[in-house]
Amino acid sequence: MIGKGYTVHVLVVALVVLLVAGPFMHKWLFMLTMSMGKGLVVLGLIVLLRTGLVSFGQGLYYCVGAYTVGSLGQFLGWKNALVLLVGGTAAAAVLATILGFLLANYRSIFFAMLSLAFSMILFGLLVKTSALGSTDGFNVPAPTLFGKAISGAGHQYPLFALGCVVAFIAALLTNAYLRTALGRLSPAIRDNEIRVEYMGASVRNAIHTKYVIAGALAGLGGALTAMTIGHIDPEMAYWTTSGEFVFVAILGGTGSVIAPFLGAIIFEIIRTYAYQYSPNTWQMVLGSAMLLVIIFLPAGLWSAFAYRSRRG
Amino acid sequence: MTELLSVVVDAVIYSSWLFIIALGLTLIYGVMKILNMAHGSFYALGAYAAASLVGYWLGHGYPPLASYGMLVLAAILVGLITGPLVERGLLRFMYGKDEIILLLVTYALFLILEDSIKIIWGVNPYFISEPYGLLGVWDVAGLSYPFYNIILIAVSVLAGVGVAVVLQYTRPGKLLLAVIHDREVSMAMGINVNRFYMVTFTVGTMLAAIGGALTAPTVSVVPGMGVGVIVLAFAVVVIGGLGSLQGAALGALIVGLVRSAAVHYLPQVELFSIYVVMALVLIFRPKGLFAAAEVRKI
Repeated sequence: MIGKGYTVHVLVVALVVLLVAGPFMHKWLFMLTMSMGKGLVVLGLIVLLRTGLVSFGQGLYYCVGAYTVGSLGQFLGWKNALVLLVGGTAAAAVLATILGFLLANYRSIFFAMLSLAFSMILFGLLVKTSALGSTDGFNVPAPTLFGKAISGAGHQYPLFALGCVVAFIAALLTNAYLRTALGRLSPAIRDNEIRVEYMGASVRNAIHTKYVIAGALAGLGGALTAMTIGHIDPEMAYWTTSGEFVFVAILGGTGSVIAPFLGAIIFEIIRTYAYQYSPNTWQMVLGSAMLLVIIFLPAGLWSAFAYRSRRG
Repeated sequence: MTELLSVVVDAVIYSSWLFIIALGLTLIYGVMKILNMAHGSFYALGAYAAASLVGYWLGHGYPPLASYGMLVLAAILVGLITGPLVERGLLRFMYGKDEIILLLVTYALFLILEDSIKIIWGVNPYFISEPYGLLGVWDVAGLSYPFYNIILIAVSVLAGVGVAVVLQYTRPGKLLLAVIHDREVSMAMGINVNRFYMVTFTVGTMLAAIGGALTAPTVSVVPGMGVGVIVLAFAVVVIGGLGSLQGAALGALIVGLVRSAAVHYLPQVELFSIYVVMALVLIFRPKGLFAAAEVRKI
């Protein structure tokens, strides 16, 4: 589906619709902004998934992005939202570049396990670091844009709009990346990496690059989420958080850069409603949904739409 | 000296507990190539079933000593019911798929089981501490440990030796080794592979449930108690080498020692240290300490 069609058009329409409809969807703004944050992390995850790699440790970069934003705001007094977003992304990208040297050698379950181990190391560190609030975490000061506060009760729209624009740009860039030669190596590596090597491409470098992209996007998502919630805690690095991202990626599918955001929105809707109406069975609803998707739509919910549009 | 001794004793107790759980995980992976994320849920199921059975037993004034039998019975019941149900009802449709897909399927199963537990037992904690103190304490160089821990260690050794003996010296064990080695050829030779899968999964489930049942008297049984156990058990089997029996034993010992040393000497690094060891082993021995060499397929 990549390279075939209307991805960019759909993204532009979606952005315009969201920005225009935003002021009238007051109740939904928080949830939608959260979905954008989650969608960004999952966008990175699908870059890896297309290569056949599942990271059970994206929570690491998500948490690093969020804690960078929190620390810059709390300890240095930096409030500019754009600077904070860049900071969170950069911190995650640097860490991903370093760890990528190791992880690029791993595949399949070992890749999943090592990435899990790294995120649990961060979790273990944060839980015992009292300067960063231990298990409670700490509050993130409200960010500003052009000198004005952009989040808080009553005016969530500016942050929401920022989230949409950031997600839009990230989706466009990722879409462009997936169409490059390096991006198109992904399915080839997944199918047979030895053949890719014979063709003259370095699998190791390709995976390293993809890992850094995924880490940076997770950092960006974490940074946005930290500003949205206004609070951060070590749970962000726990394995269940990473599991949630994998869940959303499977739910949405890897066929398009739109799928992660669609998946994230659907996930947040399921979670909000299931949690509201039956707090003790919402995980069961999620688990069942995941099983159904794995069995009936192995390429994710996105494939259902793509199929329909091809036929129609 | 006393401190060192207590580090070692704590480590042995903790390792025994971990080994029982990791043994089930590594067995299931070794035979079926499924890294079972729902293993922690089986552990929690065992704990809850034990809490109910022991609670019922003691509540009716039956002899308290027999409550140990109830702990084991709870685990066996959980294994016999959940194991075949999950394997026949869900996993058998997934064989032949990618290991990662299977990991995700068991992750979905984990989500479902977590809530099933809440539906069956509610969200309030259960306490059944009687069996823990019943046997009195045991003095080691001036430190006293509840005698209950000896049972835990004994069960752990028994489970490990039992699985090893069955695999090495009995006919079904040798057949199972054949299945592990080559599933298709075993099938062609007339081995009922599906039955082996079901039995293995049931035994694995039972081991996790025994781990949970034996833990139930020492903690409060609460929702979500299996969530942390999964990653610990992962750490153990990954350190030892996935699918390796000796590996699980060594992994459990290493994790137990690291944790207990950290708890005694540097409590800040307790959780963190276990995963550092896991990462280090993966970095220097990517397939774990006891992994067999694998043929690269082109």
